[in-house]
Amino acid sequence: MTGGKNKIGDLQLHAYVDGELDAEARAEVEVWLSRHPEDKDRIQAYQSQAVALHNLYDPILEEPLPDSLKTLAAKPSSGPPASWMRIAAAIMLLATGGAGGWLARDAVDPGAANAVTLIDPAVGAHAVYVTEVLHPVEVKADQEAHLVAWLSKRLGKAVKAPDMARAGFALVGGRLLPDEGRPAAQFMYENREGRRVTLYVRSDDGPDTAFKYAAEDGISAFYWIDGSLAYALIGNTSRESLLELARISYEAL
Amino acid sequence: MGIEDGIVEHLPRLRRYARALLRDPVAADDLVQSCVERALGKQRLFKPGTNMRAWLFTIMHNVHINMARKQMQTANTMPLDQAAELPATPPSQEDALRVRDLARALEQLPDEQRQVVLLVGLEGLSYKETADVLVAPVGTVMSRLARGREKLRALLEGNGAPHLRRVK
Repeated sequence: MTGGKNKIGDLQLHAYVDGELDAEARAEVEVWLSRHPEDKDRIQAYQSQAVALHNLYDPILEEPLPDSLKTLAAKPSSGPPASWMRIAAAIMLLATGGAGGWLARDAVDPGAANAVTLIDPAVGAHAVYVTEVLHPVEVKADQEAHLVAWLSKRLGKAVKAPDMARAGFALVGGRLLPDEGRPAAQFMYENREGRRVTLYVRSDDGPDTAFKYAAEDGISAFYWIDGSLAYALIGNTSRESLLELARISYEAL
Repeated sequence: MGIEDGIVEHLPRLRRYARALLRDPVAADDLVQSCVERALGKQRLFKPGTNMRAWLFTIMHNVHINMARKQMQTANTMPLDQAAELPATPPSQEDALRVRDLARALEQLPDEQRQVVLLVGLEGLSYKETADVLVAPVGTVMSRLARGREKLRALLEGNGAPHLRRVK
């Protein structure tokens, strides 16, 4: 070919720019470039592209992180917990420890695992869907009436999506979920920072209970039974902020 | 819990890449947030001692694909001109023009070329790492890179630059 021993191809020129060549190949390209100014110009253009990209975007490295990312990063496990079963175990302990209320009663009752079997799918569904980008909900909040009517029909009881606006959370929507072969419902809420909480609902004929609380790895859960429905409110948030939402839900339901 | 520290350390670069990829700062931070959430959820899949940065970029790439698909479905278009939101505060008007041109020229590239140009040219990933992130052969990465850079050069050096300017 013209000028050099070997023709230097396009891809080699790029590899040269990116430091992907060994010494020998680099030397070969340099010989080529000394005889092909048009390729040398191209290489310089590619190199200045990289410099320009850094000039343009490097300032972002210095920006303070937005709050949403900061809290996410500071909170070790806003993802699905590594060992949610440990919470379940803790609940059972609490139950057998005679903490009072429905857990203690359940603990000696064969129907006992209620708390565990409620928390487990509720947290599982929470973990799966709060991080969902594409389809966090099946039916969106703009069809709330339809959503509530549909879920009530499937659960066989009147369910409601409580209004959490005064705590800054708006309904995103909801979905129907299988819970050991029975239907369960999940409502998802989101605040302005994009923090999401879910309310898991399924029918439960147990007696009404007070709030119970469980937390691990940054995920908090309040759960209770009211009017033949069991509820679990789950959030990657502190006890206090979730408690406010739980109260609102309880009053509304 | 080492992995969170690792993720925190990479956040600025994830943000830089996301912003360069999407231009819209809000969408970019959404992308980073989804990526981090997913990384935390999948942290058990991370092998200690392997390249965390490449792992995070891989997750981000997958999240981005999903977002892009969603956008296609809802036929959303990205606002063309967001010059006001560009991160750099360039010293002169001429520079400002060039900076805006670069951002716009980038936008003209197909996603697959822009990704490679940014991963290699801005993030300094090797061809092999880039191939791993994009789940593509190294040869494909190289040819996308060559096409992307050449198109950028053409856009910035005149062929097409007048057309670009007319947009504003």
